[in-house]
Amino acid sequence: MSPASVATRTTAPRPNPPNTALGSRQKVQVRGLDFYYGQNRALKNINLNLHDKSVTAFIGPSGCGKSTLLRVLNRIFELYPGQRATGEVLVDGDNILSAGLDLNLLRAKIGMVFQKPTPFPMSIRDNVAFGIRLYERLPQSALDDRIESALRRAALWDEVKDKLRQSGLSLSGGQQQRLCIARAIAVKPEILLLDEPASALDPISTQRIEELIDELKPDYCIAIVTHNMQQAARASDYTAFMYLGELIEFDETETMFTRPKERRTEDYITGRFG
Amino acid sequence: MGVYARRRVANMAVMALSVAATGFGVLWLVLVLWTLVFQGVSAITPALFSQMTPPPGNSGGLLNAIFGSLAMTVIATVIGTPTGILAGTFLAEYSRGSRFGEVVRFINDILLSAPSIIVGLFVYEIMVVPMGHFSAWAGAIALAIIVIPVVVRTTEDMLNLVPNALREAASALGAPKWKVIVMVAYRAAIQGMLTGVMLAVARIAGETAPLLFTALNNQFWSADLNAPMANLPVVIFQFAMSPYADWQVLAWGGALLITVAVLCLNIGARLLASWSTFKP
Repeated sequence: MSPASVATRTTAPRPNPPNTALGSRQKVQVRGLDFYYGQNRALKNINLNLHDKSVTAFIGPSGCGKSTLLRVLNRIFELYPGQRATGEVLVDGDNILSAGLDLNLLRAKIGMVFQKPTPFPMSIRDNVAFGIRLYERLPQSALDDRIESALRRAALWDEVKDKLRQSGLSLSGGQQQRLCIARAIAVKPEILLLDEPASALDPISTQRIEELIDELKPDYCIAIVTHNMQQAARASDYTAFMYLGELIEFDETETMFTRPKERRTEDYITGRFG
Repeated sequence: MGVYARRRVANMAVMALSVAATGFGVLWLVLVLWTLVFQGVSAITPALFSQMTPPPGNSGGLLNAIFGSLAMTVIATVIGTPTGILAGTFLAEYSRGSRFGEVVRFINDILLSAPSIIVGLFVYEIMVVPMGHFSAWAGAIALAIIVIPVVVRTTEDMLNLVPNALREAASALGAPKWKVIVMVAYRAAIQGMLTGVMLAVARIAGETAPLLFTALNNQFWSADLNAPMANLPVVIFQFAMSPYADWQVLAWGGALLITVAVLCLNIGARLLASWSTFKP
C-alpha cells in the first residue's frame, strides 16, 4: 500500500478546511529544545512551529518523545523532580522556559487534556467551574453562562444539562473526556494540548472528539499526540513525525501522508516500521 | 496415588488447617464478646449514665468517667487530626523522594507501633511532673500523640492512591499546588482519610496505659481540664481489680460500653469507606 492510498482512504471532508495558508501566525516556536529525564536525554534539539488556528498532530512510536514534547509546552513536567528542559519555547514571542515566569498563568493560557479522562471527584458543574474560579470572580449567572457555553462547545451540554449536580465520575468515558475538554476551554486558553485524547475511547466517542477538535480549530492553536495514523490524517493540518527523541519530519499533513521526504516517515505511516 | 488424588488431599489438608485456624481465632473473639455482654448487660441501667462512680458498697454509675473519656477523646482528636493530616500531606505531596521525608516516615512508623505506655510515661515526664499534678490536658495530649501517627499514615496512604493524572489535570488548569491538594487530592481521598481518623479514635477510646500516667482518675464529677479526670479505661482497671462486687459490675458495664462504642466507630468507618460521596 502506497502512502497516497492511506491518505485518500482516511482523509474525509471536514467542515473546517485545512488551515495551512501561508502566513498563518506562528503561535508557538520551539527552538533547540532538549529534554532530560534525569540523565536520559528524551528530546534532542527539537525545532518546530505550531500555527495558530490549526491542528498539529504528533505521531511516532511509543517512547519517541511526543508526549514529552507536549508536556514541555505547559511545563507540566515540572511537577516531577529530575525532569528538565533546555532550549527555547516561545509562545507569542515570550520564552516560557525562562525562570520567574508565573507558571499558573501560563497554564491558564495553555489547556491540556490527557489520555485517560480525569474528571475531578465533584459535580459536572463544579468540574467546569473549577478552572474559571481560579482566576475570575463571576456572579452566579455569569458563571452559569460560562459553564453552559463551555459544555456546548465540548458538545456535551445536551447530555448533561439536566444533571449538572451529579458527579463527573458518573459519566461514560467519552462523556468524561468531553467534560475534560469543556473544563479546559472554560478558562479560555489560547492553546490546547491533547495527549492521546481518544486512545481510551470507543470508535464513536473517538469520532465525536475528532469532530470537536475540528470545531474548536478556528479559535485555538491545537497540538494533538496520537498513535492513530488515520486520526492524524483526518484531524490535523500539520503533522510532526518523531522517532527516538528527534523530530524526523514536519510538514503539512497532506504532504506528509502523500509525499513524505524521509524514508522513516514513509515506513512508519505505512506501517512498515519494525 | 495419582497426581490428581494427591493434589486433592493436599488441598483438603490446607483447607482444613485454614478453617481450623480461622475458627480458633473467631472462637476467642466470640467468647470475649459473649462474656462481655453476659456480664455487662445487667449494668446497663439509667443510673450508669446519670450517676457518679460510687465508693464501695454504694450504688452509682459511670457518668464522670463517660464524660472524661468523651472529653479527652474529643480534645485528642481535635489536636491529632489536623496535625496528622498536615504531616501526612507533607509526606505524600511535598516530600516525594526527599531524604527528610523518608526519615519522617520511618520515625512515624516507629511511633505508630510504639507501646502506648511509653507515650504515657513521656507525657508524664513533660507535663505531669512540671505541673505537679495529673490532669485531663496531659491525658488528652497523650491520646493525641497516639492519634497522630495513625492519621499521618492513613492520610499519606490515601493521598498516594490519588492518581497523579488528577494532580496534573488540576495543575494544567493553572491551579497552584495548595489548591490542587485541598480542592482535588483531598476530595478524592477524603473517605479514606476520615476512615483513618475514625480508626484512630476507636484506638484511643480504649487506651488505658497512657491515661494511668496522665489523667489518672477522679472519683467525682470534674470538668476541669487542669485536674485529674475520670475516664472509662482507668475506672474499669480500678473497679475490675477491686474485691467489691458492685464495682466489678460497673467495670463490666463500662467495658461493654467501650466495646459497643468502638464497634460503632469501626462500622461507621466501614460505611464511610464504602459510601460514595457522589451518587450517580
